Amino acid sequence: MPEEKNSNGKNGKSTGLVDTIKTGVKEDFESLKTDLPAKAKESLETLKSPTKTQVYTSIFRHKHDDTPRNRALGVLSNVFLHLHPAKINRDSVRYSYTWGMGGITFYLFLVLTFTGTLLMFYYHPSKVQAFRDVLYLEHDVPFGRLLRNMHRWAAHLMVIAVELHMFRVFLTGSYKKPREFNWNVGVILLVLTLLLSFTGYLLPDDQLGFWAVTVGTNMARATPLLGHEGPFSNYLNMTPYNDVRFGLLGGSIVDANALLRSYIWHCIGIPIIASIFMVLHFWRVRKDGGISGPAQVILDSEVKEARK
Amino acid sequence: MDWKQVWEIISAPDNVPIVAMIPLLAFYIYLAWRQAKANDSLIEQLEADPALAKTHHRKAWPFKPGWQKEVHVWPFLLRVEFLAAIIVTIILMIWSITLNAPLEEPANPNLTMNPAKAPWYFLGLQEMLVYFDPWIAGVVMPTLIIFGLMVIPYIDTNPLGAGYYTWKQRKFAIGTFLFGFIVLWVSMITIGTFIRGPGWQWFWPGQTWDHNRLIYEVNIDLPDFVNRYLPSSLNITSNLAKSIFGAVVVGSFFIVGGLVVHALFRRYNPKNYKRMSLLQYSILMVFFITMIGLPIKMLLRLAFHIKYVWITPWFNV
Repeated sequence: MPEEKNSNGKNGKSTGLVDTIKTGVKEDFESLKTDLPAKAKESLETLKSPTKTQVYTSIFRHKHDDTPRNRALGVLSNVFLHLHPAKINRDSVRYSYTWGMGGITFYLFLVLTFTGTLLMFYYHPSKVQAFRDVLYLEHDVPFGRLLRNMHRWAAHLMVIAVELHMFRVFLTGSYKKPREFNWNVGVILLVLTLLLSFTGYLLPDDQLGFWAVTVGTNMARATPLLGHEGPFSNYLNMTPYNDVRFGLLGGSIVDANALLRSYIWHCIGIPIIASIFMVLHFWRVRKDGGISGPAQVILDSEVKEARK
Repeated sequence: MDWKQVWEIISAPDNVPIVAMIPLLAFYIYLAWRQAKANDSLIEQLEADPALAKTHHRKAWPFKPGWQKEVHVWPFLLRVEFLAAIIVTIILMIWSITLNAPLEEPANPNLTMNPAKAPWYFLGLQEMLVYFDPWIAGVVMPTLIIFGLMVIPYIDTNPLGAGYYTWKQRKFAIGTFLFGFIVLWVSMITIGTFIRGPGWQWFWPGQTWDHNRLIYEVNIDLPDFVNRYLPSSLNITSNLAKSIFGAVVVGSFFIVGGLVVHALFRRYNPKNYKRMSLLQYSILMVFFITMIGLPIKMLLRLAFHIKYVWITPWFNV
């Protein structure tokens, strides 16, 4: 049997196992006595300045002192705020110039996404269930009626806000060079907003939505070439069963398929498309030089005509 | 005056947005007009005084000494955005607590709603169905509106008025947009919402919606209307003659209208006219004259009971 190594050093005096454990435990207790209060004191010290902890600095990448640098970093190093520049023209924050309608539209889109997702928990897009689900929402789900009301009115408010936003952009001439393309993205977003609202109209499956969508999609019957009642459609052999309206409704009348289709367009299809265009819209606002004004006035005499 | 009827229309939950939008629009037009007026008088002042124009006094809110030209987004913009979000939330909460979203009886294809109305923002297009066939009102017109909006930045060659409110520097552009947005879009929606009752008939505000009302309105086509005033030997009777007549009328509307607009635009907007290429100018003309055609067709229908101007075997205008 090989000789056991002495754990107590070189002097060769071997100690028993019991002694080893005894001294070890003693040392442990000694260290606890001295180290614990010290570490507790240290922890208490860090609690006094939580912004220096590793957890805090891993989340927030800069200090929070009120310095110009930190104010700028607060915007630039934040994923949700970094679409903003660090500084803007002092006149641009005036409400009377922008009316805040673009931002309000985006906020309403967020409200609608939130309330809409909650509504999806209670709604089945089927002819049997849809109307009952709305009744259930209104009468049994806690705050269900408030939820539905908020979704409805936020949708209407969003249409108003979008139209006012377009109105303001036109009146301030903000679509002019270099913002022509972004105006076009905005027009697409306006159409998508109207389509979002319209596809949602059918979902309660009540008389109001049913007849509104019937009236709306009946117009598609008359699409030139592609609708069975439209001009020149006989050249493409259009019937009620293969025309563009059939494609929209998934049938020749507003029924179960139409309900499902408008549900999918309303909850998945159009929101995703609209989100992509929104990303593009906001990104271009920055790339085209931020919001357009209030700019200094230009006089007619100062315009330099391009040479032809 | 049937006040109950008025209240029923105004307080219908889905009509509330358009009831709210009209005063909102009036407020924002006032806000824009006030700023445009301030900028216009500044422009006038600067034009009269070239020395002043060389200074930095180029905004209706002149820069005051001691001000910083730029402010931090955090907190000066973000607090405005945050406040706006709170205010919108409060408005939405109060609105949602006090007014319930409409819910009618379950959908029933056998029981037609009368009037069957589209959502309020499409009522302008539905109102157009009175004056035009569905393929124009429902398909061509929305397409033209979308494309008309999209071409605006490319046909507006006026470099003035970018980034500030003004009226004097952009009379034609702003006038056209106000005409399209307020006179056509918003007032059509208003008519569709408040005036149109059962059977999509015209009911003045305060008139009771009579579901059994019949109107003996005989609408005739323009060739037949013209025939009344022509000696019988010159009457337009055959289908071919009618379609040729309609094509001539519509064509000459575009040609004569184009010439009139050209004469006015060239005189009152010489600089913009000079800047425009042929393509820009013709696109402007097509959209502008088509837009003007809308109220003219409405007038023909409402005042002279004319249904179609141009009749062909394939389509009617």
